[in-house]
Amino acid sequence: MASDLTRLSLAEAREGLRARKFSAVELTRAYLGAMEAARGLNAYITETPDLALEQAAASDARLAAGTAGSLEGLPLAIKDLYATRGVLTTAASHILDGFTPTYESTVTTSLWREGAVMLGKANMDEFAMGGSNENSYYGPVVNPWRRNGDTAALVPGGSSGGSAAAVAADLCVAALGTDTGGSIRQPAAFTGTVGIKPTYGRCSRFGIIAFASSLEQAGPMTKTVTDAAILLGAIAGHDPHDSTSVPVPVPDYAAALTGDLRGKKIGIPKEYRVDGMPAEIEAWWQKGADWLRAAGAEVVEVSLPHSRHALPAYYIVAPAEASSNLARYDGVRFGLRVPGKDLTEMYENTRGEGFGKEVRRRILIGTYVLSAGYYDAYYSRAQKLRRLIANDFETAFETVDAILAPTTPSAAFASGEKADPLSMYLGDVFTVTANLAGLPAMSVPAGLSAEGLPLGLQVIGKAFDEAGVLNVGYALERAAGFDAKPAAWWRA
Amino acid sequence: MSVDPATVKKVARLARIRVDDAELPALADEVNGILHFVEQLQSVDVTGVAPLTSVVHRSLPLRADVITDGGDPEKVLANAPDRLESFFTVPKVIE
Amino acid sequence: MSELIKGATGDWEMVIGLEVHAQVVSNAKLFSGAATAFGAAPNSQVSTVDAGFPGMLPVINAYCVEQAVRTGLGLKAKINLTSVFDRKNYFYADLPNGYQISQYKDPIVGEGRLLLDMPDGSTREIGITRLHLEQDAGKSLHDQHPNLTFVDLNRAGVALMEIVSEPDMRTAEEAALYITKLRTVLRYLGTCDGNMEEGSMRADVNVSVRRPGAPFGTRCEIKNVNSIRFVRAAIEYEARRQIEILEDGGEIRQETRLFDSVKGVTRSMRSKEDAHDYRYFPDPDLLPLVLDAEWVKGIEAGLPELPDEKKARLVAEYGIKPYDAWVLVAEREPADFFEAVAKGRDPKLAASWVMGDFFAMLNRLGKSVTESPVSAESLGQLIDLISDNTISGRIAKEVFEAMVETGKAPAAIVEEKGLRQVTDTGAIEAAIDDVLAKNQDKVAEYRSGKDKLFGFFVGQVMKATQGKANPAAVNDILKAKLQG
Ligand SMILES: [Mg+2]
Ligand SMILES: [Zn+2]
Repeated sequence: MASDLTRLSLAEAREGLRARKFSAVELTRAYLGAMEAARGLNAYITETPDLALEQAAASDARLAAGTAGSLEGLPLAIKDLYATRGVLTTAASHILDGFTPTYESTVTTSLWREGAVMLGKANMDEFAMGGSNENSYYGPVVNPWRRNGDTAALVPGGSSGGSAAAVAADLCVAALGTDTGGSIRQPAAFTGTVGIKPTYGRCSRFGIIAFASSLEQAGPMTKTVTDAAILLGAIAGHDPHDSTSVPVPVPDYAAALTGDLRGKKIGIPKEYRVDGMPAEIEAWWQKGADWLRAAGAEVVEVSLPHSRHALPAYYIVAPAEASSNLARYDGVRFGLRVPGKDLTEMYENTRGEGFGKEVRRRILIGTYVLSAGYYDAYYSRAQKLRRLIANDFETAFETVDAILAPTTPSAAFASGEKADPLSMYLGDVFTVTANLAGLPAMSVPAGLSAEGLPLGLQVIGKAFDEAGVLNVGYALERAAGFDAKPAAWWRA
Repeated sequence: MSVDPATVKKVARLARIRVDDAELPALADEVNGILHFVEQLQSVDVTGVAPLTSVVHRSLPLRADVITDGGDPEKVLANAPDRLESFFTVPKVIE
Repeated sequence: MSELIKGATGDWEMVIGLEVHAQVVSNAKLFSGAATAFGAAPNSQVSTVDAGFPGMLPVINAYCVEQAVRTGLGLKAKINLTSVFDRKNYFYADLPNGYQISQYKDPIVGEGRLLLDMPDGSTREIGITRLHLEQDAGKSLHDQHPNLTFVDLNRAGVALMEIVSEPDMRTAEEAALYITKLRTVLRYLGTCDGNMEEGSMRADVNVSVRRPGAPFGTRCEIKNVNSIRFVRAAIEYEARRQIEILEDGGEIRQETRLFDSVKGVTRSMRSKEDAHDYRYFPDPDLLPLVLDAEWVKGIEAGLPELPDEKKARLVAEYGIKPYDAWVLVAEREPADFFEAVAKGRDPKLAASWVMGDFFAMLNRLGKSVTESPVSAESLGQLIDLISDNTISGRIAKEVFEAMVETGKAPAAIVEEKGLRQVTDTGAIEAAIDDVLAKNQDKVAEYRSGKDKLFGFFVGQVMKATQGKANPAAVNDILKAKLQG
């Protein structure tokens, strides 16, 4: 029974709880058991079983009383980038050693208000910088998926790799991730799960540890598109504590899922056919277009001419913002302090030791591109490119309702395979454009690669049209019929 | 543009990150790899294009001048690596 | 008004520009809901936003924006309807985020001006370059412990207006007048309390020297000078220091310096030795601040009468001297007091009383206008008693002292002490006859041409009448009798 409960989607589990087929405590215990058996995946940095059971018991009481919230009793994994009151919050960084916030992020506050249960804090790339989850102070996350007939450990993608692995391996019913350049969509694609990055300003960033403030958004990582719609509905909305949050009404996303695309136009950006793209990626993309056509949509080619400049622009803007956002980690008010003979040496020791390699690298790049004499050549120019990229989308969306693209240029790769930072950065080639333009984008599993690994298709939509994006994703999901699960080898 | 180890050292100092001298050449290589990659933007014609700093098209929202926070030193001192009474403490600074 | 400094090799001229940081009067901080009151227990007015905790975000205080606009309007400056908040990045123990939210390229207020009221009654215009809003840093206490610096973040995040002047000042005195006048304007506007002892106003002083008419020299910035006296002293010292270096054939190094108020010298700041590279960029947690032109007009319409206008009106309406008017308007309360006294009365008499006996009394008691034991109403009544000849000016001084001591109304004091002026000519005549009878010899001398004795007779008559005789009547009758 226990393992069966963990196979349920969020929508199914919610129905089961409401019908009192099982209790929230039972469901939570099933997940806690699965987590214990899956420690080898290293999907969680901190497990919170006591809190989870306490919350579950309270949920059962509310379910019994008929006062259940929309997520009542549903056990979730929370990326360790969200500040959670009284629970260790690390951003997977040594520099946040022992940091226990006295406050709660707005998005998780919404979850708890709706009755959700927290299983623990999911592992991630340090400060959300990375595409493989190898940059965690708490060790890498292992992808539950393996290549056919191979036991080599694969990466789950990143930075929300722990969240993705936890959803794929049934270590939570759904998870929260964050997406700055693809950090929800790429790991979703690598693990056969669904992930959506909402429009910039749709979800509050208050209480999310900042990496690149102008690019990142909170978002759900789930087993199904319906689950994503339900979870997004719970976390979306205006927050006066975030000046970049936008007061736009939140529709009933789940109700928008019809799978009917008649009268809709879907764009295929020709510039996304990059050199060296594996044939099977191209083939699944083609298949996706066919599925959407079958659902009634008209599929047309669109042009996003500045797309190829998106990655370099991103790798200027994101490190620049990061270099400033991460200046607060100085050993004075929280986290790690490594002593030094004076204040400056204390700073340098703390930050030298507290930040991992990739974080240090990006801080240096960001510091350099903002420094005197280079601002115009790098930062200002990158922001101009950003406008051109956003304009491309605006033009495209004059004729189409959504855009279909691959999520990633490859399936999950092996740990240690991309030691060179640049080759790692290239994994974001299809995802960063949506962050630069602030648009909603989701990844939906399409099928398995020849090696037996999941591949994702990406839907990019108009600003604040998450409902439209989810519905296109729903059509893809229905047509793909993706129901593969990784063999639970980690239980051995 | 490319950076030499001395520049990396200066930037690391500006960012207050200790880097051992022995690490500098390798770090300079990595930084140069990335700078070289982003260099392609130099070839794009951006005349007349205004930088896009936020995709949110609205004016800065304002809040009322009301005291809603503070009043609880423990809330901000609870995580301090070092403190004395109600102060944060750092190695003595000589101005 | 340029005053040259004599050096060993010729004359030098100072060039001074000021960056004044003025704390905005508001309940809560610029980007958080923590309180701003002075003197609270350490770290008791700090939110997790002010302390730069992970995930915390700034939301701007509408009233601080309004105060900045009000100040800009008071400085006759251009209000920029779109302004941008930037991050100024540097590390310091009392700067929790590792950056200060400030305004760099697009400040909320552009060019304006401030009029200095010179002692000779003239005015001198100093250009304002800009005013921008920014956060204050916390406070580092270096003298509490042998090897630790203590950090209190109560002030971190409090709204400041940085008001930057053009390098238009040429003497330390002008710099002092500039800060004085700026403080006056801010207090009138209610946008800064101007309390330098509590740090609500601090000045960064830029000083350079040059040969008269030559291009600007290299400047040094003296940071955070917190009294007008120190501003004067720091400039005088710094100019002499620079002249000495230049006359010795040296060069001035552009640097940040600190004024040591104990030794009266400026010295290089160790903590600022590193060349700064602030890496300004627009704060991605905030959006451009866009103001509505109508809203700005509304604030303009609600501005109080400002010192320059008040001064001009006092001069025009009451006929008082410009410098006297400036003394009155330097603060709002004395000007209001004066107007309350002068309304419907002889303005010259009112001015001389307010600026003379009244101010002298406040000075003596160490009290401000608002704490005065004599109200504007009763001072006005006193003046009325002079004007309607109930008492003489001399007696009025006595009455005034009694008012200060007893707080009683002047009329009551006059009655009580029987100080009412004698205007009955019969009584005056009798007193005069008596004086003349007792001084026959002097009467003879007077009549033989010694005119100067007239004053003696007046004095004697006044003495005989305890000063209560109407001086004009005494004059007339005495003159007639002496001639007759
Ligand atoms: Mg300044
Ligand atoms: Zn300033």
